[in-house]
Amino acid sequence: MKRELTCIICPRGCSLSVNIDGAKTCVSGNSCPNGEKYGIEECIHPTRTVTSIVRVENRENTMVSVKTARPVPKENIFDVMEIIRKTSVKAPVKIGDIILTNIYGTDIIATKDIV
Amino acid sequence: MIKHDIVIIGGGPAGMAAAAAAYDSGVKDVVIIDREEKLGGILKQCIHNGFGLHKLGKELTGPEYAAVYEKAVADRGIKVFYETMVTDISEGRTVTAQNSGGILKIEAKAVVLAMGCRERSRGALNIPGTRPAGVYSAGTAQKLINCMGYSVGKRVVILGSGDIGLIMARRMSLQGAKVEAVCEIMPYSGGLTRNIVQCLNDFGIPLYLSTTVAEIHGRERVEGVTVAQVDQNRRVIEETKRYIPCDTLLLSCGLIPENELTSTAGIPLSAVTSGALVDEHRQTEHEGIFACGNVLQVHDLVDYVSDEAEIAGKSAAEYVKGNLHSAVTVKTAAGNGVRYVLPQRVTVPPKEDISLFLRVTQPFGKVRYTVKSGDEVLAAAVRLKAAPGEMEKITVKAERFKNINEEITVSLEEVQ
Repeated sequence: MKRELTCIICPRGCSLSVNIDGAKTCVSGNSCPNGEKYGIEECIHPTRTVTSIVRVENRENTMVSVKTARPVPKENIFDVMEIIRKTSVKAPVKIGDIILTNIYGTDIIATKDIV
Repeated sequence: MIKHDIVIIGGGPAGMAAAAAAYDSGVKDVVIIDREEKLGGILKQCIHNGFGLHKLGKELTGPEYAAVYEKAVADRGIKVFYETMVTDISEGRTVTAQNSGGILKIEAKAVVLAMGCRERSRGALNIPGTRPAGVYSAGTAQKLINCMGYSVGKRVVILGSGDIGLIMARRMSLQGAKVEAVCEIMPYSGGLTRNIVQCLNDFGIPLYLSTTVAEIHGRERVEGVTVAQVDQNRRVIEETKRYIPCDTLLLSCGLIPENELTSTAGIPLSAVTSGALVDEHRQTEHEGIFACGNVLQVHDLVDYVSDEAEIAGKSAAEYVKGNLHSAVTVKTAAGNGVRYVLPQRVTVPPKEDISLFLRVTQPFGKVRYTVKSGDEVLAAAVRLKAAPGEMEKITVKAERFKNINEEITVSLEEVQ
């Protein structure tokens, strides 16, 4: 299998050429090791970090931003969103607080302080 | 009248990094004035990730990146005037500001402009049609959704493929809306390629190039838009018009540095960047007044905003300490394929290497940049591709500026 990809790890956006032949993988066009890792993973099992928002119950018109602590399988992005959508929290919230545990293999954590 | 050594106008990424850098350069009496109730500027609403890879070596969301610098400001005990709006800067560097307590006058030894930029509005774009609810700038929609929790719309068309438009296409999709199309009047996208991949392709959102919104329909609320292809002069081609039903139109059609204060103060601006004309210290043509971040030039990455702000903050401190003397400068200029070069003038000879920042006029394949003064080549660099949406940086060694007195031009040529 041969695929042409754009690396999304950093803004440089290298054009990658990925060749996968059984257990043998070959990535070219990348400028760093992260690009090689991305190229292989994107072909075998693509993942994404999901970022979203959770309502803060005890503050008017206030949302706390959250993210998956680790990337989740790309095909589960909308499943993760559905779970996040049904969630709400109470302030105070600190950056790094775990909002939900064990969601598709990772946690949902806060990315903003709400005093 | 109160007195402070350095007054920084704006508490976004540029203002925070400039404040910390000024403090670390030995001037402790630094204050930040911000119009909002919390530091961080636009980062507060940029909840997506991808910030900090260059500057901090880790991938953060906007609020997390802001928190790093907010802590840097707090740790240094730098005073912040919140919910305070600066209304005037005088020639003698007296800053007038206003908040609920009344009018504030601060006499500053140096001022750093870090007011950021704002979005081009529907009015500025002259889109024909009715004036219903449901037309938002992409950043306004971003704030309404991400900070305040409103649902902005269910069926969306986005005009403009700048990064904010692309990010909002993904955000709206994740929130359950259907993004029908992203239309871009230019024949190429203004956003980063990675954002086209992860914001549009991931969600199956079509990007129509050389296409614009020709009319907005609906009385109370947007009911649809007419989109059409444009010719090379960006004029609508009538026979390509088609109707897309939608309840929301987001505009992501460019950012404009917010320089009302700067121009009122009489500080000369560049017609290309819409920011102040600066030297390598980011000093404007008014002594002791510096500029950095999106008020100086619109950046693609916050990491580079922080870098630029550190230069401005450090230079402001050096100015206050009396170490920044007026010197002989040479102008820089944009040559073939280059839209602008910043800084617009450099000290010769400089004390340190100088990085020249530039944008190209259109997308190119592999290019070679040449930095020349007269016939002398000061630096050259090869890049695999060049795009107007991606700022380029070329560093020239300090010793290369010896005996230079002619304008410094950066140009590019395509290579095989």
